[in-house]
Amino acid sequence: MKEGGAVSAGMAATFAHVLGRDLRLALRQRGDAALSVLFFVLAASLFPFGVGANAELLARIAPGVVWVTALLAVLLSLDRLFERDHLDGSLELLARAPAPLGVIVAAKMAAHWLTTGLPVVVAAPIIAGMYALPPSGYPVLMMAMLLGTPCLSLIGGVGAALTLGARRGGVLMPLVVLPLYIPVLIFGVTAVDASLAGLPVRPHLMLLGAMLLGAAALAPWAAAAGVRQAVA
Amino acid sequence: MTDTAAPAQRRWNLHRWANPGRFLRLADAVLPWLSALTAVLLAAGLVGALAVAPPDYQQGMSVKIMYVHVPSAWLALFAYTAVAAASLVALVWRHPLADIAAHAASPVGAAFTFLALATGSLWGKPMWGAWWVWDARLTSMLVLFFLYLGHMALAGAFEDPARGRKAAAVLALVGFVNVPVIKFSVDWWNTLHQTASVMRFDDPAIHASMLWPLLVMGIGFTAFFITLVLVRMKADLLAVRARNLRAMRLRGD
Repeated sequence: MKEGGAVSAGMAATFAHVLGRDLRLALRQRGDAALSVLFFVLAASLFPFGVGANAELLARIAPGVVWVTALLAVLLSLDRLFERDHLDGSLELLARAPAPLGVIVAAKMAAHWLTTGLPVVVAAPIIAGMYALPPSGYPVLMMAMLLGTPCLSLIGGVGAALTLGARRGGVLMPLVVLPLYIPVLIFGVTAVDASLAGLPVRPHLMLLGAMLLGAAALAPWAAAAGVRQAVA
Repeated sequence: MTDTAAPAQRRWNLHRWANPGRFLRLADAVLPWLSALTAVLLAAGLVGALAVAPPDYQQGMSVKIMYVHVPSAWLALFAYTAVAAASLVALVWRHPLADIAAHAASPVGAAFTFLALATGSLWGKPMWGAWWVWDARLTSMLVLFFLYLGHMALAGAFEDPARGRKAAAVLALVGFVNVPVIKFSVDWWNTLHQTASVMRFDDPAIHASMLWPLLVMGIGFTAFFITLVLVRMKADLLAVRARNLRAMRLRGD
């Protein structure tokens, strides 16, 4: 019992340490996180130019636009997750650390969500407001995004780890990651649609939560396998 | 994962075919028979489907598309399962041929998926009046096609082909976990946004005159798939051997 407690305390310390390191790095290069949010707002504001400024139409497509652009914003930031550490060699040191690589990778994914997913979630009400989303949709949109965007960081982290060192890595990543994002997109949008239609939203949010738990349990290990292949 | 404690006998059997030379000899012995079986089954199935089976009372001659469409869709899923199983064997037991098998099966599965989508589209135009409908089944097949493309692209994206295959193996397993999730999510999504045209057979039972050509085509497609995968694996192994021979000659051995 005592030993198990020491091990899990050690893992928690590793997690906290890597998380702190990545957050400090992100703070020193504030531009990166700001760029993701900027892309999110910019891409979302393109749609009215494409489909017209009809308020009714915009309100109807608002959940979908918010989700799709959030997904793309996270996708564009994924190369930041491992690429820089891979290039300067620190990923190799992390992979050789006497701690489970899955824990280290999970900490990096958490840091990625805090610096990319969370700012996008915070910016989402602005976009929803510009699209005249009915007020009843906001709480569910925020809940769904809080549950869904960590999934994007987790699943995307697997793709980022697997494409490390690949030729044409930038073009490859969307092809690998986007098909895996579709369930998150679907349930994220249907949750908001259900709330607007007066239908129960619990099942959608619970499914999003289930995906988050499943991804949190499995994705770090799959990504760790990818990292191990990259530094081998 | 439960097989890690498998008896030594089984493990030995699994690795017996890890020797590429032995595998090549086996493939050479099996391939002529398998090719002949494929040709006979596909010929019989096509004659049965195009000539013997009656036209449908509602769909007319368009029903003939089904004899290619349904086996393709079946093989598309079967091939993905095979890729995932081979990837699991490659990652867990590090079986050298499993990597090559997954790499060989993936483009064939993608081709079957494309065939299922294309024939479905051809059938959909006269039947539903649209080339494409965002129906749950169509959409999940389209996602499956993307998964195949991602798998193939990842396998070919590295200087070192072995690294590409390993990365693709992890992706195949992640995708395999995701396939049921995608399937359910797409089903749900469709039921919430029910559109007018949803595929419905009034009578779920197929008449025997239509069923036997379909089954023969299904078995024929499976034999065709196995033949193609064996040929592709053989080509992969021979390419490695040719590369090694050339390297030896350059070194002057």
